Amino acid sequence: MVEQNLRYRADEPVADPAVTVDAFADQSNATAVRIEPGDDARLLLPHLDRIALVEVNFPAYTDGRGYSAARILREHGYAGELRAVGDVLLDQLSHMRRCGFDSFAPNQPISSEAAEQAFGTWPEVYQKTVDGRPAIWAKRHPA
Amino acid sequence: MYQYDQYDRSMVDARVAEFRGQVERRLAGDLTEDQFKPLRLKNGLYLQLHAYMLRVAIPYGTLNSRQMRLLGDIADKYDRGYGHFTTRQNIQYNWIKLSDAPNILAELATVEMHAIQTSGNCIRNTTSDQFAGAAADELTDPRPYAELLRQWSTFHPEFDYLPRKFKIAIIASETDRAAMRLHDIGIQLVKNDAGEIGCKFHAGGGMGRTPMIAPVIAEFVPALQMISYLEACLRVYNRYGRRDNKYKARIKILVHEIGAAEYRRQVEEEFAHILTLGLEPPAEELERIKGFFEQPGFEVGASDELDLSDPDFALWVDQNVHAHKQPGYAIVNISLKPTGGIPGDATADQIRLMADLARDHSFDELRVTHAQNIVLPHVKKADLYGIWQKLDEAGLAAANLDLIGDIIACPGLDYCALANARSIPLAQKISNRFADLGRQRDLGELKLKISGCINACGHHHAGHIGILGVDKKGVENYQLSLGGCEGADTSLGQITGPGFSEDGVVDAVEKATDVYLAHRAEGERFVDTYRRIGMAPFKEAIYAKEPAHG
Amino acid sequence: MKIITASDLRTGDVVWWTGDGWSRHVNDAVEAGEHAEAVIARENAKQIVTDTQVIEATRTDEGVRPAHIKDRIRALGPTVRLDLSLKPADPAAGNWVI
Repeated sequence: MVEQNLRYRADEPVADPAVTVDAFADQSNATAVRIEPGDDARLLLPHLDRIALVEVNFPAYTDGRGYSAARILREHGYAGELRAVGDVLLDQLSHMRRCGFDSFAPNQPISSEAAEQAFGTWPEVYQKTVDGRPAIWAKRHPA
Repeated sequence: MYQYDQYDRSMVDARVAEFRGQVERRLAGDLTEDQFKPLRLKNGLYLQLHAYMLRVAIPYGTLNSRQMRLLGDIADKYDRGYGHFTTRQNIQYNWIKLSDAPNILAELATVEMHAIQTSGNCIRNTTSDQFAGAAADELTDPRPYAELLRQWSTFHPEFDYLPRKFKIAIIASETDRAAMRLHDIGIQLVKNDAGEIGCKFHAGGGMGRTPMIAPVIAEFVPALQMISYLEACLRVYNRYGRRDNKYKARIKILVHEIGAAEYRRQVEEEFAHILTLGLEPPAEELERIKGFFEQPGFEVGASDELDLSDPDFALWVDQNVHAHKQPGYAIVNISLKPTGGIPGDATADQIRLMADLARDHSFDELRVTHAQNIVLPHVKKADLYGIWQKLDEAGLAAANLDLIGDIIACPGLDYCALANARSIPLAQKISNRFADLGRQRDLGELKLKISGCINACGHHHAGHIGILGVDKKGVENYQLSLGGCEGADTSLGQITGPGFSEDGVVDAVEKATDVYLAHRAEGERFVDTYRRIGMAPFKEAIYAKEPAHG
Repeated sequence: MKIITASDLRTGDVVWWTGDGWSRHVNDAVEAGEHAEAVIARENAKQIVTDTQVIEATRTDEGVRPAHIKDRIRALGPTVRLDLSLKPADPAAGNWVI
């Protein structure tokens, strides 16, 4: 299997292996954690300052719980790496980026050129999320 | 009506370009069918029994004449000369070629239309009251709020892979013409004691396998917090809605399993957090949108007088024309249910005629109703006779609105890959059996709804008389239910008993109407009598052994 | 007998496997035989058809009759629009699907 990671951060990648959410609670030195679709991302909120990497697993791309997990973390100020792993396909990259993911480890490799094109799918966005892009309504009514 | 600005246009254009690329990848073999299917579904393109089917969104059921005309032209150019208006206020084409689909979307984009999110486990096209902006009983026009919802739900990045599809309806009258409480979320715009407009939220309604009526989860959310509240509702559903069983994945199951109170508690908690994020479009945006929905330039002092000397016209006015808030004006309902016809189907010529009538007589506006009919919302009473004559010539003057001939039916097994039994031939037989308009009018309001499978696209649970087609060892079989109702007094139908053959269910329907006629009290509709006397007399008559005919 | 049916990838038309190609007419369908899976894999790979499946049918005096009503309706066309079906001239064509 090709190990591939699209990463859009300037800092150094974390080398630590990601632990489960359950294990994380007991390991005060862990800095990387992996969220499965059924996990409650809110359990991590008290510990955001010591987390450097959160992996959100998508066992099937049709399971959209990871999008909410990502936004919740970002909305509460998480600034570390947020990586989508698993069944991550080209056609989902743009939405994932909008929900706060800044790195991707897809099962099937995606070229960085194709990924760049995917991020550019939507010239504008209707919603304010956590990616900093101004919503259309904000452009229509500049403060 | 709302008009796109450069931002709205750029979104729809981007979608056309994206889908063109996806179709090219599929035809070139770069995408497998498994990979392509969810992508085409997000653009409303299904593979049905005979061909691809394209479902085009008609946002909150509102159209102008250019849009309607193009829908007719597309039927001629890319389909086989007709389209099918659906119970979700959309239109479907039955004979589309995959290679044509991107061009159709490009043509639709020229009149500010699209097929975005007309399928898939995402937020679907928001539906609303077909009389919005015209009804005398509305608190405010719900369409600006519906447009706000359209924009918010379009390509929402967090809610594109929900546990299941998600349908929102919004109304602003006490009279619910949109079956609001049978939606995943139903919003009624209300006023509080201070006279401010807000949203009464209902969550967890729906039809399908497990029909449920949505309970109230918030009595009053300020209008300028509507989007934030929806974000909270959807986030709780996205995180906790069941994903282990597609038949238990709708929000109604979540609300039912944890209880409305617990769902509300979770939503409120999320809502409090979301309010801190500034996700809500500002008041100026709602005002901007409202500017597109200003009252048309009605002629002041237009006459309310009508010459009803033509008896057929008089019948049509009595049945199909509804009171308008503006003196001298009326709301025209065009029934797409001619005797023996296919409910909801209209030919390209009929579609274009309705477009012309809207342009010339209804301030350029049309509506599609969830009962699969068309509305001209703002017609001067003086124009009614001329309009009726043109409709009559085109086979569009069936005077049967809300009568037993105004049948809702899904496409059923004649077209749909999911269906278990045919719906349309049954609708045609019932329509023919009750062809006599005098008899229909004597029966009064009687909503008959037919679904060809448990997905309930034909809304059979909400029919005064509901019929569900099932597959009984390879043979079509029909279950009859009575007592369903939509609107302010929403109720779900109860099954009468064992199912019937196609002809058998037509007889059973007739027997049910006979019971009603024998028992009705003054002013009672079929459903009222049913509620008063209960199932037993109906059941007895329907399942009575036939006496031998002499 | 078992026969193979699919939809034309570009047009969506219903098609039936004839042994060396695809026909729109169910009466051209042949027994799928032991190699059905290989046929399906090969034909899917050509990007000409999609949604390929093996279904039950019987051969009668009138031709090939799919076992399930859904496939009979696919073979004919919508029974409520026989003018658009494969038997537009036969007003009784719909009886065949029952």
